[in-house]
Amino acid sequence: MIAVSKRLAAAAMVLLILTGRANGEETVTRFAAGEDEGAELVIASVTDIDFMQPLIAAFQQANSDVSVTYIEDTSNSLDASVSRACADRGFFADLVISSSIAQQVRLVNSGCAREIGGPVLSSLPAWAQWRGELIGLTYEPAVMVYNKAAFAADGPPRSRFDLIDLMRQSGALNGRIATYDIEESGVGYLFAFQDSTEASTWGRLIEGFGRNSVATFCCSSEVIDRVADGRAYVGYNVLGSYARSRAAKDDRIGVVLPTDYTLVLARAGYIPREARNAGAARAFLELALSERGRTILDGETHLLTPLSGPAALAGLGGGEEPAFRPIPLSPALLVSLDQAKRARFLSQWRKSVTLPTP
Amino acid sequence: MSLSVPGLVAGRSRSIAWRLTLLLTLLLTIAAAGTLAAALSYGQTAATRAFDRLLTGAALQIAERISVEEGETVIDIPLSAFGLLSLASEDRIFYRIIGPGGETLTGDESFPLPDARGGVDAPLLYDTEFSGEAVRAISMRRFLAERAVRGPITVIVAQTLRARSELAGEIVARAVIGVVIAGGVTLALALLAMHLALSPLRRVERAILARDPKDLTPFSTTTPREVEALVGAINRFMARLDKRVGAMQDFVADAAHQMRTPITALRAQTELAMEEDDPRKLRTLQRRIRDRAIGVSRLTDQLLSHALVTHRADSATLERIDLRRVAVEAEREARRTGGADGIELDLPSDPVMVTGDAFSLREAARNLITNALAHGKPPVVLRVSLTADNKALIAAHDSGPGMSPGQLQRIGERFARDAANPQSAGLGLAIVAEVAGFHQGAIRTAGDAASGFWVGVELPLAEPAPVSAKAETA
Repeated sequence: MIAVSKRLAAAAMVLLILTGRANGEETVTRFAAGEDEGAELVIASVTDIDFMQPLIAAFQQANSDVSVTYIEDTSNSLDASVSRACADRGFFADLVISSSIAQQVRLVNSGCAREIGGPVLSSLPAWAQWRGELIGLTYEPAVMVYNKAAFAADGPPRSRFDLIDLMRQSGALNGRIATYDIEESGVGYLFAFQDSTEASTWGRLIEGFGRNSVATFCCSSEVIDRVADGRAYVGYNVLGSYARSRAAKDDRIGVVLPTDYTLVLARAGYIPREARNAGAARAFLELALSERGRTILDGETHLLTPLSGPAALAGLGGGEEPAFRPIPLSPALLVSLDQAKRARFLSQWRKSVTLPTP
Repeated sequence: MSLSVPGLVAGRSRSIAWRLTLLLTLLLTIAAAGTLAAALSYGQTAATRAFDRLLTGAALQIAERISVEEGETVIDIPLSAFGLLSLASEDRIFYRIIGPGGETLTGDESFPLPDARGGVDAPLLYDTEFSGEAVRAISMRRFLAERAVRGPITVIVAQTLRARSELAGEIVARAVIGVVIAGGVTLALALLAMHLALSPLRRVERAILARDPKDLTPFSTTTPREVEALVGAINRFMARLDKRVGAMQDFVADAAHQMRTPITALRAQTELAMEEDDPRKLRTLQRRIRDRAIGVSRLTDQLLSHALVTHRADSATLERIDLRRVAVEAEREARRTGGADGIELDLPSDPVMVTGDAFSLREAARNLITNALAHGKPPVVLRVSLTADNKALIAAHDSGPGMSPGQLQRIGERFARDAANPQSAGLGLAIVAEVAGFHQGAIRTAGDAASGFWVGVELPLAEPAPVSAKAETA
């Protein structure tokens, strides 16, 4: 018991070093090793540190001689740094985790990753891994958040059809819809692109967005903030993990898994070819998908894992069985990154969403 | 009586089953190796073809979605193209689309072009390397002929080779399993078939082992045609053995009988002589004893000679010999053993070559002389000549009256003895007949009271052998 509590204390002993790098967006956090310092594990991620901290603590508890450096950045900036390092064959991180899974697939497709191997891979479903180099760590649905007060009477929209109808019927939602700025946010673009391939609702949806002057934001948290304080009634395609952990603390907002279909994103991680401590990175991935890791990811953070996700979300469909559409980690995601394709898609989005001022 | 058969005991030869097994295994191994080589090549070809089709399909889909809108080349990469390529789920995908002016419109700018420019329209599949891994690529051209954009658009789609080698490996692995199973089953069946096919041999073996050692009758076991010759040889060998054993038993019985009588008589006369006081009678007895002793001695001599000749009939190697030399040596031999003085030799000037055993022929000639001396009247002539039908003849002539018709009938039989002549053992002409028999010859007699009488052996002449014949005459 004494040993355990000592370890916990060591894990809790966190050294924060904030540095500003060239682009000024990175945040570097260092978790010193509990015992005599040995190896270092550098994790680069777009995930908020608050979400990752429990996992890092668990990792250091098991590997008390490894210090962890956590680099947090926006997806585009992280992608740029990682791509540059890959092209120069230089070291950037031992583990890259990002929700911009299309970019992750592109990096792996370019040969920037190395084989992960081990029992982790065999337990994962086929859609949550690619080439044994890229694996999905989380199970995050694209959800709608709503302001409970605004929908107190009729209940919130349960599906995209409900939302489209609401947008058409009345002006009640005019200026009250918030979603990602898909030009800014990798996740927003990915969800939008998947929506466009998934069903014909997409065209009507963005038409409705345009007519109701949708407000766009860089990040999930801003969308949720606006829905919480009532400036917006509905937030569309918000990351379920953020939405659910906020909803757990803030009873002004509710979360809906669209019943027509629910896109699911698995934050993907890979070990760069130039990793210095691939062993520790592998151990970290193993831990994330282990029993212990699943308990952590299924807990407060609501990140879930591809292994535990479907069961954990099954009860949230509001009576109806949710139709989960996990976005497979596959080179098909490269299409969304094609310059020409992206340009066409964004111009279509712009044309629909930014209403021509009459 | 030794029955050792050296050829079958010495040098343990490998069994037929072992040879067949080895041969079958070797053949099967060669067949399996051939099949595997074919499977390897087929597997690679099949995998390459299958995934080349995916590649071609994807390139076609992309090329189809290239259009010109408002004077701009628009490339709308269809998701289905990548979906198609993702069927090779573990492979990395690259693409590059090049405009009419050689500028990269989208995709990986550094992706290598095919070395040689293919036909204008035909898609060109090529192997190259990109980002550190071998890839298979297709280059396909589409011509735009719009007002604003004219010229070829090149679509290059490429894929790494993981799925291809996996498929090829799978095909080969299945082939290996198939070949190993088929080979094993074939070998097992072949061994079973061999076991069954060889069972007649074991039946023969059992039949031989189960036999009574004294049983020398032929095998009646039904045997397949392949071992018929073997069983036939065994049967012939046994028949010969049977004959030899029979002859031996006859000889022993005859010899015992023939020896016993004169020896009993000899003993009786000796006993008589011991009790005889009259010197005159004693003298007569002594002479009789001497005659008997000579008879016994000759009998012994002839018995052994007969046994030797019989044995040689089966075992002696035949050679080319001059019958004149046989006659000379026989005469010398007869003179040396005594009682054969005054024999004349009548020989032709040319060699008379026959094929035969020198010892046996000499014995026959000697017995002819002895016979003539014993039963005929001098002068005795040993003559070698050629008969009218071109056969060799060696004969003993004498001036006596010859044989009686009864004797002529029994000529050559053993112990056809003249009761009047106690010194004769009755074996001389039997030996002659035996020798004549195994030389494919015959015993011949002729003559009358006026010109004398002869007994001889007629033999076929040897095939002329020029070299040795010359050496003989030289």
